[in-house]
Amino acid sequence: MAFKPSRRFVILSGLAATGALVVGYALSPFSTLDRARRLTAREGDLMPAAWLKIAADNRVTVYVPHGDMGQGTPTALAMMAAEELDADWALVSAETAPADLAFANGALAKGFLAGDMSIPRWLDGSADFVGRKAAEFMSLQVTGGSTAVRFTGVIGMRGAGAAAKAMLIRAAAESWGVAEADIVARESRLSHAASGRSASYGEMAARAASLAVPDDAPLKAKAAYTISGTSRQRFDIPGKVDGSTRYGIDMRLPGMLFAAALNCPVAGGTLKSVDEAPALALRGVKKVVTTADAVVVVADNTWRAQRALEALAPVWDEGANAALSSASIEAGMNAALDKGDFDADFAEGDPEKAIAGAARTVAASYSVPFLAHAAMEPMNAAVSVHDGMVEIWSGVQDGLGCRAVAAKLAGVSMDEVTVHQLPMGGGFGRRAFNPMMAMTPRHIEQAIAASRATGAPVLVTWSREEDMRQDYYREASIARLKAGLTAEGRIAGWVHDFAERHDPPEATAIHYDVADRTARYVSGTNPMPWGPWRSVDHTVHGFTIESFIDELAAAAGADPLAFRLAHLGNAPRHKAVLERVAGMAGWGTNEPGRAKGIAMREAFGTIVAQVAEVSVGDDGRARVHRMWSAADPGEVVNPATFKAQITGGAIYGLTAALHGGITVEKGRVVEGNFDAYDMVRLGDAPRHEVEIVESGARLGGAGEPGTAPVAAAVANAIFALTGQRIRSLPLRQFDLKTGAQIARA
Amino acid sequence: MVTLTVNGAQHELDVEPDMPLLWALRDVLNLTGTKYGCGIAACGACTVLVDGQAVRSCSIAAADLAGSSIVTIEGLKTGEALHKLQAAWIEAQAPQCGYCQSGQIMAAAALLAEIPRPSDADIDAAMTNICRCGSYEEIRAAIHIAAASA
Repeated sequence: MAFKPSRRFVILSGLAATGALVVGYALSPFSTLDRARRLTAREGDLMPAAWLKIAADNRVTVYVPHGDMGQGTPTALAMMAAEELDADWALVSAETAPADLAFANGALAKGFLAGDMSIPRWLDGSADFVGRKAAEFMSLQVTGGSTAVRFTGVIGMRGAGAAAKAMLIRAAAESWGVAEADIVARESRLSHAASGRSASYGEMAARAASLAVPDDAPLKAKAAYTISGTSRQRFDIPGKVDGSTRYGIDMRLPGMLFAAALNCPVAGGTLKSVDEAPALALRGVKKVVTTADAVVVVADNTWRAQRALEALAPVWDEGANAALSSASIEAGMNAALDKGDFDADFAEGDPEKAIAGAARTVAASYSVPFLAHAAMEPMNAAVSVHDGMVEIWSGVQDGLGCRAVAAKLAGVSMDEVTVHQLPMGGGFGRRAFNPMMAMTPRHIEQAIAASRATGAPVLVTWSREEDMRQDYYREASIARLKAGLTAEGRIAGWVHDFAERHDPPEATAIHYDVADRTARYVSGTNPMPWGPWRSVDHTVHGFTIESFIDELAAAAGADPLAFRLAHLGNAPRHKAVLERVAGMAGWGTNEPGRAKGIAMREAFGTIVAQVAEVSVGDDGRARVHRMWSAADPGEVVNPATFKAQITGGAIYGLTAALHGGITVEKGRVVEGNFDAYDMVRLGDAPRHEVEIVESGARLGGAGEPGTAPVAAAVANAIFALTGQRIRSLPLRQFDLKTGAQIARA
Repeated sequence: MVTLTVNGAQHELDVEPDMPLLWALRDVLNLTGTKYGCGIAACGACTVLVDGQAVRSCSIAAADLAGSSIVTIEGLKTGEALHKLQAAWIEAQAPQCGYCQSGQIMAAAALLAEIPRPSDADIDAAMTNICRCGSYEEIRAAIHIAAASA
């Protein structure tokens, strides 16, 4: 392989043993990024981030360094590479890259964050597009933060495709003794009109592999795209309709045993003791294994392991959180907000003075509960410890990061750990394990212990109850908002105080015109385990900010849409999506007994405006009939999958708004299954129209932005319909006919 | 011993009388297309056909199904030819993560067996399985596509 580490940020290529041209993307390690460096193997190593292979038989394989959890990422990334390569799409496929440093991707984005690399010519001027995106999501092979297409795709795949095409053209020009400029590359063929010569990419691959790699290969103009921007069928779908796709939970190995686990029900607690005998007496049970905070029963099938686990009565040391409750957590947040020892996301002008000088003041307090991820595939991992090696099969969002974490858990070096990254039955942030995250993959830790204890490969599968009660939750939060309104109905001063802040830091940003503004927070008020949950803090602030804007509009006597538009003088993209969605939804008209609410959020580079149409049933419950979304991701790669991510993201947010609430009593999570933590189902799902606004801005994310505005759009519609302002979620705690609170969230 | 007929083949299983069908399929017969989701018949990920009816296999004992014909997602194809629902699922690009889709397709198969041309209301009533990715509109579209094909 001919590495060419002449720059800090280089494309490299080589000739595979089979005569294939391989093109990748490389970075040298970053001296200033300690966290990245911690996991960098050796000084001087290269970290190729995206790979493209053109085989002698003309097939193109794109190696995708992200997990597949259903967003269609492998297909979208292959489309981006194939576009620049001018490949015949029928010859293109994608494979998951190994969990190896050679396929790390996080450094791409980290380099942009740090400004610590030279930028290829075709990306000049684009370095600011990651903005202040927090580094937590940028690590390694992370699949999260809607980053795959934005970073791996834009930076890696397009560059690799363009470089490969330039090399193929040069190879043909040299081979035929003609000028490069006279060669046309199209649909995986090179041709020279004047001489009538032509060759497939595959026929030129070996020759191209011997050439120097251009680091300034031109990218195509968007107007010339023939693949990117068109809807293409996803590669992964055929295996998902006939049962042949194997998720982590489906892993089977020769001699494999099956295990079930019970974790200490109180976060931070530990196992004191357990009498193993009742389990060992049952049929098929091989072993009872313990870790610091869990009991694991290993048997010859999962059901026997589950049943034997139920026969045990472990004694726990519940630790410091044994008295924790939702009420104590709420009291703690309120006390911290009262104390007012804030840090600020932003502080501009003098908001308190502006509010004091305004004609009137509007203030409101909001609260949202903890939320579980509840991916359909419960946590699981298969592990085989053999010959000093730890081999792991699991669905994880960050294969390489997981490898580092697993090595630490197993007490071995990273070189002794192999992670086979399998398709995920949903992730939503729950499966993003890496050294920067506080989430511990205890199911993997348990499988390692069980395999060591039995000498056999072991698949640990958590029950739904363990999955729900041992989650890393979306934070509960309380927000107190205050703003002034002038006599003319304009916002004067904005103060947004809230409890519990995680990520990303721009989640409290507002794009409305108000010069004097601040968002301040207290954090760390409770010990509940936290994890990133689809769109992360945007789910909290999307609800509070966009509800409060609606309150301001009502106080000003203004239409919610008109009020927003009047305050978007500096945000033409935001204004455009609001106007688009209003047109789609027929804003201003309502069917009898129904009303519409509107909300808008920018998350992960994509702006989404949504309208929800709501009625209230005789049971006092809200029913969302229709939704409309206008989304500006800058440009779109695969429109069908983009739209599916927006509608699916909206269902995720709607489930949270209507039903979602994890409660804590005596240190334990109360809800354990879908009977207590209900989900929107097909019959409850609104008809949802999505339109894409391609503003040409830097490409934004798809997986998360659709989730952020939903709750506010629904709550604002309820206000329009009933006059009841919803300041607490989920909605199931209210009887909207009577206005009574009927259940504690 | 429990005798099960799955996808046309008869199996003798040495399992307890109360072992759920789900685990007999997944861990004994290695038919992993049928998924575990909740264990309490609340999500539908484990849906299979028992004598043509959609059944949540986590909550029915394998031993109670002697003499019944069980069809799982692996048995829906005819040879290599996709069932019309599977083809429609691809055409509508319904799956995202895909984990629930075996159960969704089996529930839809039972629906079409009973109502060949279901209305939206029929689909709402019959399709109660959870899809956490929110692919419901694509599932609805796929059922209509399958119903319209011969």
